[in-house]
Amino acid sequence: MMASAEAQPLLEVRGLRMHFPVTEGMIARRHIGDVKAVDGVDLTIRRGETLGLVGESGCGKTTMGRCILRLEKPTAGEILYDGVDIAKLDRRELVALRRRIQVIFQDPYSSLNPRQKVGSIIGEPMMVHGVEKDAKRRTERVRELLSVCGLNPNFADRYPHEMSGGQRQRVGIARALALNPEFIVCDEAVSALDVSIQAQIINLLEDLRDKFNLTYLFIAHDLSVVRHLCQRVAVMYLGRVVELAECDDVFDHPLHPYTKALLGAVPVPDPAVEAERAFQPVAGEVPSPINPPPGCVFHPRCSIAIANCRVTRPELRELRPGHWAACDVVT
Amino acid sequence: MTGLQGIATNLVQTMNGRNAGLPPLLEVQDLHTEFRTGAGIVRAVDGISYTVDPGETVAIVGESGSGKSVSALSLLRLIPDPPGRITAGEVMFAGRNLMKLSEEEMRRVRGGEIGMVFQEPMTSLNPVLTIGRQITETLEQHRGVDRAAADRRAVELLGLVGIADAKRRLEQYPHQLSGGLRQRIMIAIALACDPKLIIADEPTTALDVTIQAQILELMQKLTRQLGVALIIITHNLGVVARYAQRVNVMYAGRIVESGTAGALYHNPRHPYTIALLRSVPRLDRPRQARLDPIEGQPPDLTLLDRGCSFRPRCRFAIAACAEAKPPLAPAGAPGQLSACFRSHELDVTAGAA
Repeated sequence: MMASAEAQPLLEVRGLRMHFPVTEGMIARRHIGDVKAVDGVDLTIRRGETLGLVGESGCGKTTMGRCILRLEKPTAGEILYDGVDIAKLDRRELVALRRRIQVIFQDPYSSLNPRQKVGSIIGEPMMVHGVEKDAKRRTERVRELLSVCGLNPNFADRYPHEMSGGQRQRVGIARALALNPEFIVCDEAVSALDVSIQAQIINLLEDLRDKFNLTYLFIAHDLSVVRHLCQRVAVMYLGRVVELAECDDVFDHPLHPYTKALLGAVPVPDPAVEAERAFQPVAGEVPSPINPPPGCVFHPRCSIAIANCRVTRPELRELRPGHWAACDVVT
Repeated sequence: MTGLQGIATNLVQTMNGRNAGLPPLLEVQDLHTEFRTGAGIVRAVDGISYTVDPGETVAIVGESGSGKSVSALSLLRLIPDPPGRITAGEVMFAGRNLMKLSEEEMRRVRGGEIGMVFQEPMTSLNPVLTIGRQITETLEQHRGVDRAAADRRAVELLGLVGIADAKRRLEQYPHQLSGGLRQRIMIAIALACDPKLIIADEPTTALDVTIQAQILELMQKLTRQLGVALIIITHNLGVVARYAQRVNVMYAGRIVESGTAGALYHNPRHPYTIALLRSVPRLDRPRQARLDPIEGQPPDLTLLDRGCSFRPRCRFAIAACAEAKPPLAPAGAPGQLSACFRSHELDVTAGAA
């Protein structure tokens, strides 16, 4: 599964920053600060890998995904996709890129046009990109995609409102596959679904990954789903990656105090395990990304912070082989 | 009052079973709630019965549309009519049938003897009133105390729910607070009149996981300390495992399995519970295999027939399942109930594996 570390990654993000300006005043808008949604992130994704990107609301994980899709133009940094810096591409060049990179969104209700039939929703990317120009062949392809995603091909004639949440998410997945992409950003792709349906969609994503050699960036806040589906995981906090490693290393031997707090906060569906487990929830809340704390952004909530943490911003260091953490206190 | 409840709680806990000779605090008997819609009658709650003992935490767990929220709103008669209607059932609370009370008496129960915490604190708090006013209003309405006494109690309540700087917070409006703080305020309001029971409907679903942990630990600490019983409605099987003593699993408007958390998780006796536990990935273990999902979709509640509603998705279904709805009957551990004709054959150790 794992190619050698030297093999060229499919995606390499270097020093990515995405700052959104905050303005004040109705007429003369004054720039009073920036929301530092992503504030210096380095990340690589290997071909065929599923990388999990986890963190709580506002940590910048969705903005990361949007930058990689070039739905946002990053403030600074490079996004090398197959060696090309897509942060600098113009509109025309982006069109070609979008055939290779697709997205599955969280909400199967708002991400499908309610006035379009399912067949036209899935066929539209092919029309936009000029593949399968023949209407009959396109219809065939739509039916094939529906069937690959576990839906009756006759659903092509339905409207989204005639379907359940799980079925709609399958339509969203079929649409993402329409152009034979190699890389898919899954932004909370199973979060809105009930657990029994969620398991169906997780299995579908796995099957499709194996069948079409897909690479996923799997953005999620549900840590147990990430552990199940991903090979590596990056933990974000306030615009930065604080820990990055193979899934089992992060979940069984977390190094960063934030990762430990995050994992400790998730109750496990097993009363015997929970009865044994004493934990102290991490105090406080995530600070504002407009005015993040100096030094390590986690220091105000951290139980092991020392004086230097308030001053020096920790860089990601490889503390164990392949296991990176941005903390100057843990060793 | 609180002292008595504390003793009762301790008693219940020492006996380590439900109803240690004491009457339950809440007894729901054959409750039915319907909604009349264009598509037909939706039997959202289709005959559920359960009890809650003083000081006990009971979870109602189920997926969207299973009727778990409607069942809780029905207890307080908060179902909008039309289109909704409670068509049958008794809710005995501290010796009185809530279904028979006048609207005026019911108002005294809501927010008085029974506190409520809802999922979305932003929509359940009034945006144009200060936090302080929303707490003191509850106290003045239910307790008839004067403004000064209410103010003192409000400060005390904020301290109880772990909000520092109470004076300043009381003057703020809901939009000035984070989601976690708003939910603490909701808990303070729910506790304001020394309730015997709190109903929490998905209290942490809208919150991030570290904040969820803070809120749930706080609710557990306070309900134990004050001897308040808690009904927690959730879809999160981890939350149930950590915080509930007893669990009711709902599917298509009915309770399909009920028992202690330990019994249900380690020896479930209903196919839906078994399937539900098998379909969730585990955070505390490396990946073992593909997930084992429940195939198909939950049923359309307007089209239920006389058979078991889980039958179309059930691996254990037999001909009898199409003929009648299986009643809740003892199965597995003492006190455990399952609504399945084959519950005695389903001796599996799910959750593991």
